[in-house]
Amino acid sequence: MDISEQDKEIIKALQEDFPLCEEPYKILAERVGISEEDFLQRVKELVDEKKIRKMGAVLRHREVGFNANALCAWHVPPENLDEIAQIMSSHAAVSHCYDRTPAPNWNYNLYTMIHAKNRDECEQIIGELSNLTGVTNYKILYTKKEWKKTGMKYFCE
Amino acid sequence: MTILSTFDKALLNLLQGDIPICSHPFAEMARRLGTDEETVLTRLRELKAAGFLRRIGTFFDSNRLGYQGTLVALKVAPSAVHAVAEAVNRYPGATHNYEREGAYNLWFTLLTPSKDYESKILAEIRSLRGVEDMLKLKANKKYKINVQFKLL
Repeated sequence: MDISEQDKEIIKALQEDFPLCEEPYKILAERVGISEEDFLQRVKELVDEKKIRKMGAVLRHREVGFNANALCAWHVPPENLDEIAQIMSSHAAVSHCYDRTPAPNWNYNLYTMIHAKNRDECEQIIGELSNLTGVTNYKILYTKKEWKKTGMKYFCE
Repeated sequence: MTILSTFDKALLNLLQGDIPICSHPFAEMARRLGTDEETVLTRLRELKAAGFLRRIGTFFDSNRLGYQGTLVALKVAPSAVHAVAEAVNRYPGATHNYEREGAYNLWFTLLTPSKDYESKILAEIRSLRGVEDMLKLKANKKYKINVQFKLL
């Protein structure tokens, strides 16, 4: 992977909390030691290159009323994986949908994060997904405690 | 407890989607919301202080930055969960770490810049006292990553 040293500095500046002030990019550009104009130009390119997925915010979902959050692991026939993953992804309550290589004694190969107001609603959504896809072998893994949730700090190893 | 107004919800919905990439991004957001820059900034600072915002900033595609991701499930003796969870938390690449119901009771995601580095970390975690089993569930295709909550 060819990421230039300057890009690494730009990424390191961007991955910190975004300044809530009138000219936030100017502050970030100063940290890298380049002009605001060059910084903005490079950020736009990183978006075009799809290295940046989005500039935005993530809310604390419990504070905005989503109290039941579950990881649901599904055992999907490999030949239907793509089709089933697309159906699950199109559901608004699903925030993440990843295909993963299973492990010995653990044959679940599709993973969805589901956010709902409460457990009843969560189970109702999972029931809908099961009906829509015909997948009946799944495991609901409710969150008991959040030990950590942070953004990644890249290039700091 | 802060109650979200209609304006707050519109502001948060816009903020979740995209912060404009321009010299005065909050002025641009204000224009779209029919208000001024100062109102947007003041309210965002208040909502942040009140704990509504987990993170504001840039979300990268880890694969395109040369990183690989895996989900790891641990079966941990109940008495050791606290200590193991804290040990996992100390790795910067462990970005999400949740205690969950079930036999595999600690689940975390790990981002690393190389396979060797990943193996080294997983071996260290596997050898922690109280860790009885470990599942490594490598991410293949990411069909959806969209942590947006439409506030109505």
